[in-house]
Amino acid sequence: MGAVEAGCRYYFGYPITPQSDIPEYLSRELPGLNGEFIQAESEIGAINMLLGASATGARAMTSSSSPGISLKQEGISYMAGAELPGVIINISRSGPGLGGIDASQSDYFQCVKGGGHGGYHIPVLAPNSVQEMYDLTMHAFDLADLYRTPVMLLGDSVIGQMKEALVPNPRPVRELPAKGWEVRGKSGAEQRVVKSLFLGDGELEAHNWHLHAKYQVMKEKECISEEYETADARLIVAGFGSVSRIAHTAVTMARAEGMKVGLFRPVTLFPFPEKALAQAAGRAGKVLVVELNTGQMVEDVRLSVGAAAQVSFYGRPPGAGSLPSPEELLEVIRKNYEGTAR
Amino acid sequence: MQQVFKRPQSLKDVQTHFCPGCHHGTIHRLVADAMDLYGVQDRTIGVASVGCSVFLYGYFDIDVVEAPHGRAPAVATGVKRAKPESFVFTYQGDGDLAAIGTAEIIHAANRGEDITVVFVNNTTYGMTGGQMAPTTLVGQKTSTSPYGRDKSKDGSPIRMAELLAQLGGVAYSARVAVDSPKHVLEAKKVIREAFGYQVEGKGFSFVEVLSACPTNWGMNPLKANARVGEEMIPYFPLGVFKKEEA
Repeated sequence: MGAVEAGCRYYFGYPITPQSDIPEYLSRELPGLNGEFIQAESEIGAINMLLGASATGARAMTSSSSPGISLKQEGISYMAGAELPGVIINISRSGPGLGGIDASQSDYFQCVKGGGHGGYHIPVLAPNSVQEMYDLTMHAFDLADLYRTPVMLLGDSVIGQMKEALVPNPRPVRELPAKGWEVRGKSGAEQRVVKSLFLGDGELEAHNWHLHAKYQVMKEKECISEEYETADARLIVAGFGSVSRIAHTAVTMARAEGMKVGLFRPVTLFPFPEKALAQAAGRAGKVLVVELNTGQMVEDVRLSVGAAAQVSFYGRPPGAGSLPSPEELLEVIRKNYEGTAR
Repeated sequence: MQQVFKRPQSLKDVQTHFCPGCHHGTIHRLVADAMDLYGVQDRTIGVASVGCSVFLYGYFDIDVVEAPHGRAPAVATGVKRAKPESFVFTYQGDGDLAAIGTAEIIHAANRGEDITVVFVNNTTYGMTGGQMAPTTLVGQKTSTSPYGRDKSKDGSPIRMAELLAQLGGVAYSARVAVDSPKHVLEAKKVIREAFGYQVEGKGFSFVEVLSACPTNWGMNPLKANARVGEEMIPYFPLGVFKKEEA
């Protein structure tokens, strides 16, 4: 719905659990909106159809889940190299390999650290509600056009299959640059080429410095995070996506027991909200990172807070039955809270 | 004095990087000729593939999107669906189309995408230095089949034009060569016909062009040119394998 609202009229995808609701919905909606829906021969086919549609300047998207995202990494790298916008929704699964379809955050590294070849970054947004899936999908299309980059929305089966109330917001209008790079048939004007091959002396280095500069602007301007009860907290719990919902409940329970605990939730995983986290962590002195994996985002937390706070971690590898309960996290909070009292 | 032969408008006035005796230059010219014939240069979006053909944008004066290896038919699908008024063609080699890109070509063809595919078959990977391709002939020595292609281990060369002709979505499929003036004229006619299918919105059209690669075959241009007729055409027969009348 967010995609349609954002003006996306082209969808290319391949069936995979737990995200098939997305292509099913769009296969119904897009034809009536003068759009195109293609069930591609593979994830590779789908990402390259997205590449082609994006090259014409159209708003387009694909969606998949972890193993399918692995296949899409080739195309994502080419799109990052050729500076093509496009939205990729990843309702991730547990792995490695075929793994399972349970809620999992084991693809943090894959999504946030590049995934494909060539040392690029793409913005990664981590919604934790149905409302945010909707809002951030629209935001993703704006970011994609603004920075000429693929943008990923990272959820899991909890977020992807959740049923919640949704308020279809009026969309905040963001000023976007004119395109002018898209292929259109040259129409008597200058030839336009969308490419990522740069063989000339110094060309590729210059291109990579240009991409690097873009990432620095994103870090400066596009960080989003949310804080809950952090002002007086002596312990900050940090988590993104689905686990942040469980952590939120656990933090509320801890507060009821008199513990000064807060929650820090990165909404953008790239760019990572380093400054906001460092501030909250510096005030509290201690951060407990919770993830549905054995420790990935915790590396970015450590880099962000440096020596300003002590960082500990709690997480379990994903799989059926491994989703922590609020009570389980509360127990971990209690242990980590000991000794923080001043 | 009247000029009776000139560079097609869709081709740039530049030197190519192709090796002496390579057929890409001739094929480029025939493709540009077909674009000129239908006057589609200004609404053409070419899709370049990976291999010697990647520099398409350096030689054709048209808008171009560069595709990952083998993915040109999927990229072309996205372009054409998002911009149906454009004229879209891919230009791919045999490693690109008949090995790593098999899924993309089969399914774009089977969906009947309204695009044209120019497939250059020179029985080897040119850009990477002459390795065995899916179209390498049985017994042919390459840098990765030093004892000759062994049918029992490497399989047989794939005849793409015939294979694609079996698919419901394909409106036009043909194979041509450019090793003699007669064949060049026939190829010109076939490429024009294939482009005409897209211009008239008749569906997916495919032209396989047999091509020489003297450098990687280890032959001089004349010998390489002769090999097309002596060894390739007997296995890859020329002809139109499908021509759907709409």
